[in-house]
Amino acid sequence: MRLAFILGEIGGGLRRNLSMVVSVILVTFVSLTFVGAAGMLQMQITQMKGFWYDKVQVAVFLCVDSSTSPTSPTCAAGPATDEQKKNIESLLDSPAVKQYVTSWTFESQPDALKHFKEQFANSPIVDSVTADQLPASFRVNMVNPEKYQIINETFSATPGVETVIDQRQLLERLFSVMNAASLVAVGIAALMLICAILLIATTIRLSAFSRRRETGIMRLVGASKAVIQLPFVLEGVIAAVIGAVLASGTIWLVARFFIQGYLAEQYKDTAFISASQVLILAPALIVLGILLAGLSSLLTLRKYLKV
Amino acid sequence: MIRFDNVTKVYDQKTRPALDSISLEIDRGEFTFLVGASGSGKSTFLRLVLKEDRATHGSVYVAGRNVAHISSWRVPKMRRGIGVVFQDFRLLPNKTVFANVAFAMQVIGRSRGIIRETVPEVLKTVGLEGKENRMPHELSGGEQQRVAIARAVVNKPGILLADEPTGNLDPTTSMGIMKVLDKIHRNGTTVVMATHDDDIVNEMRKRVVELNNGVIVRDEAKALYTSMLPVVQAKTEPGHGATREAGA
Repeated sequence: MRLAFILGEIGGGLRRNLSMVVSVILVTFVSLTFVGAAGMLQMQITQMKGFWYDKVQVAVFLCVDSSTSPTSPTCAAGPATDEQKKNIESLLDSPAVKQYVTSWTFESQPDALKHFKEQFANSPIVDSVTADQLPASFRVNMVNPEKYQIINETFSATPGVETVIDQRQLLERLFSVMNAASLVAVGIAALMLICAILLIATTIRLSAFSRRRETGIMRLVGASKAVIQLPFVLEGVIAAVIGAVLASGTIWLVARFFIQGYLAEQYKDTAFISASQVLILAPALIVLGILLAGLSSLLTLRKYLKV
Repeated sequence: MIRFDNVTKVYDQKTRPALDSISLEIDRGEFTFLVGASGSGKSTFLRLVLKEDRATHGSVYVAGRNVAHISSWRVPKMRRGIGVVFQDFRLLPNKTVFANVAFAMQVIGRSRGIIRETVPEVLKTVGLEGKENRMPHELSGGEQQRVAIARAVVNKPGILLADEPTGNLDPTTSMGIMKVLDKIHRNGTTVVMATHDDDIVNEMRKRVVELNNGVIVRDEAKALYTSMLPVVQAKTEPGHGATREAGA
């Protein structure tokens, strides 16, 4: 009976404040969508780290014809000779370096051209590039990619080596951009969440004011605090949960149709998060919505609906 | 049933107290009029009984319990033992007579069956049988007040507080309301009624407690609105014993 009564009160309250309830739904929807977007970006970063860090290598580029520049004194003698190449190979196999290396391969200039042509298949630049313009390189897989500095120190001063590049650092740059983007999303989300809290508080205040006659009588006849306050709290919570469900649906749609349907098709060699992975964000968003509404309504009711 | 022990209530430190060291006992089953000019402290008295306000000094006992010691989450339970009626009826305009009375039972979780059984009974007690489905605005003032009384007593409280229940009604209608209150009183409910209405007090011949500027200046059994005894002057200093000497 009491449950039916409370449900009836909630229904009445939602109907009476329909426009405010809709605005609460929309604000929580937008704010939680931003929270979800930040979550998706973080998931994507984790996913890409797992995918790429196994594959990244430290590349030791050898000197080519065109690299006789003052910035690389090790290339002063012109392109790397076979002797220099042998020297690097033996260094890679020496015990001092070998313990940090799982494996290494040599990419010759024709190999480099082949890879280059694959990577830029659609670009006209391919036709103007020849094998001797591209550096040959040793591709080193590290036991621990963090120990890149050891390879760098060993080889950057070796004659015939133009430069040592840690591919991970290239990725780090990408990840830092994505991190910044997710921070921006979190920032916007925080602002919107503040907005949502204030709006929920205002809605509940209005609702409590428009029903002050009822609540006054309820107090007099000895209705418990729960019976008086619960309908107001639940009104806010229901609106926020609807917003959270909409936000979850939106990020799922983005993951399904933009990430999986478009990005993953366009960039087949990159690991993207799947729509089902994104769904684990949904409960988090809903819980966040409930907390949001519950907290702000409890604070408001303490002030405006004393029992 | 209600006991005030040296109760003082100060709303604003700069002005005189609303109630000034009041001591009073109202027994179970008693019918008491609380009379006095506006601002004499009648409403404050009723608010303290309901624990709407806290006494500044002294203790208020309701049904044997010191209300100051009732924790806030138990206050609703305490209030179920007290029915309240106001001058302005305070009905819900969008609910029928039946629903208005049933509301008081719904919010404390009574089952539908009990509500359907009890509400018509109570409406009959207050003389409103056959008007269950009318809306408040379709009723006369007297009928509206009867609905309010029905709502106040539907949960069978031991105490009924009435704050000028006839203040908005004409003399004939007021007498009808008093008959209802008297009926409820005879069923065993302790009734405390604050009023200005001398006709009613003179007609009923019940206990009269007169307040003036926050102190009790008269407390007589079976009394009239104005005292038959030589007037006891209102004291000017708090703590003076005049009130208690006049007490019954």
